[in-house]
Amino acid sequence: MTAIDEQGTSLWQDAWIKLSKNYLALFGLAIIGLLCVVSLLTPWIAPYGYEQQNLLLGATSPSAEHWLGTDIFGRDMLTRIMYGGRVSLTVGFIATAVALVIGVLWGAVAGFVGGRIDAVMMRIVDIMYALPFMIFIVLLMVVFGRNILLLFLAIGAVEWLTMARIVRGQVMALRKQEFIEAAHSLGLSQWTIIRRHIIPNTLGPVIVYTTLTIPSVMLLEAFLSFLGLGIQPPQSSWGLLINYGVETMEEYPWLLIFPGVTLSLTLFALNFLGDGLRDALDPRTSKD
Amino acid sequence: MLRFAFYRLLQAIPVLLIVISLTFMLVHSAPGGPFSADKAVPPEVIKALEAQYNLDQPLWQQYVSYLGDVLQGDFGPSFKYPGRDVTELIAAGLPATAELAFYAMLVALVIGVSAGVAAAMRPNTAQDYIPMSAAMIGICMPSFLLGPLLVLVFGIYLEWLPVSGWDDMPGDKILPAITLGTGYAAYIARLSRGGMLEVLSQDYIRTARAKGLSEALVIAKHALRGGLIPVVAFLGPAFAGLLGGSFVVETIFQIPGLGRFYVQAAFNRDYTMILGTTVFFSTLIIVFNLLSDMLAIWLNPKLRQQTRGES
Repeated sequence: MTAIDEQGTSLWQDAWIKLSKNYLALFGLAIIGLLCVVSLLTPWIAPYGYEQQNLLLGATSPSAEHWLGTDIFGRDMLTRIMYGGRVSLTVGFIATAVALVIGVLWGAVAGFVGGRIDAVMMRIVDIMYALPFMIFIVLLMVVFGRNILLLFLAIGAVEWLTMARIVRGQVMALRKQEFIEAAHSLGLSQWTIIRRHIIPNTLGPVIVYTTLTIPSVMLLEAFLSFLGLGIQPPQSSWGLLINYGVETMEEYPWLLIFPGVTLSLTLFALNFLGDGLRDALDPRTSKD
Repeated sequence: MLRFAFYRLLQAIPVLLIVISLTFMLVHSAPGGPFSADKAVPPEVIKALEAQYNLDQPLWQQYVSYLGDVLQGDFGPSFKYPGRDVTELIAAGLPATAELAFYAMLVALVIGVSAGVAAAMRPNTAQDYIPMSAAMIGICMPSFLLGPLLVLVFGIYLEWLPVSGWDDMPGDKILPAITLGTGYAAYIARLSRGGMLEVLSQDYIRTARAKGLSEALVIAKHALRGGLIPVVAFLGPAFAGLLGGSFVVETIFQIPGLGRFYVQAAFNRDYTMILGTTVFFSTLIIVFNLLSDMLAIWLNPKLRQQTRGES
């Protein structure tokens, strides 16, 4: 994704070479790419309309007309999964972006400023780590209604903590490195050092962790939607489709299996891509 | 060590206060009171109910008296189950949840540690790849998907195990425990593999091997202690996750535990119940985090030295 921009610098070329040898990661990248394209084009390429019911047809198993079968209202499952994927992926990307912005800013400021401010900021992170966030998100959704914008914020507000720690650690470690000192003694300005040396060197871990945050965010959304506390009908997401599938799984197991497989496959792809990026961009950290 | 525990306990107090205050504020800023959801109720009745639950007092007064009650272990009356205390409801749901969490943890530790250790013993062979790929599947298979699939296969098609219930039929605890434990087994497998790989490359392991100890003894007597430190440190957060997972698993298998109560309370807008369980869960999680940190320090001589040095 954005990891492999045409920077022309050796770090990124090196990373791309490593990544292109990791077939699992490439497979993950291909799946994610495909999903993004399908989600973007859904309104034009979906085989049926989103709300199109066929009560006479009812629930049917997969067939030539309906590749993944239909639900009890005769709605095409493939169409439902495609539209659900739009919501699931949007939540995944936007909530991760929220976490990314808060986490990077918080961690970078704490790492740069250091001293007492750093201590206070990281103590706040420690305290928030100790809070039972799953419970708080449920609480937020109950108190303020099940609103998709709130869902983004609530999930993003949970996931930024680790990002802040990673960025701070990275910035602190970098500040002490000799090449930064060398840059200082060469008379480079603070801003040039940040732009030329600090940012490119923190980008690796940040990209890796971002890729790994997306699946955990999507999981959280699916979890909430499954409980009925996340995405609300008429909107739909994979978690919600799994929830519906469970209700009728005895008679119509495909209504559970297809959304389930789609969700798992996506999480798989994102995790493989994240692991591959970690090996490629951040050789110092081991796999676990 | 004791000093460390003491400081951590001191740290826990502000965290708990924040939890209680935040939850209290959130719950009381909710649009629509707890009695507004039902059919049209005469205003006098609402007034009487509000007086009964002290909702007519100013907010800070409610907050102070709630704090006082919580310190004495009293979470107040439930809004939705008249005549029952939240404390009573928590006590009713706790045994099932605790048992479920215990079995799930057992599943996770037994499967996870043995898979991780086996993988670390022969890295980059089939003995490594197969359990680690299985672990990846375990991580990507959320409990709300795994549970129904297990029910479908073992409960409905094969009819080997009961599909729901708790303490009704023999074997009705197997599927819930596996459903809840699998994801953690996967994480623990990855953590113990990483930890063991690091320890197995250390000098003292080479010494143990040079003494002529069998590989099994080297692992059991020397490597496990150090190799499992990441797993022990993970137990605290895992416990917090288990509580969250119990929401789903107890709902799927209709287990009368705290998790299901919490989800129901969330739907019913039973505010005192939400408030009470949140405070209760948070206390549990903080205590378990403390225990798992202390255990990890006790296992790791380097960290032990550090905490002594600090104090």
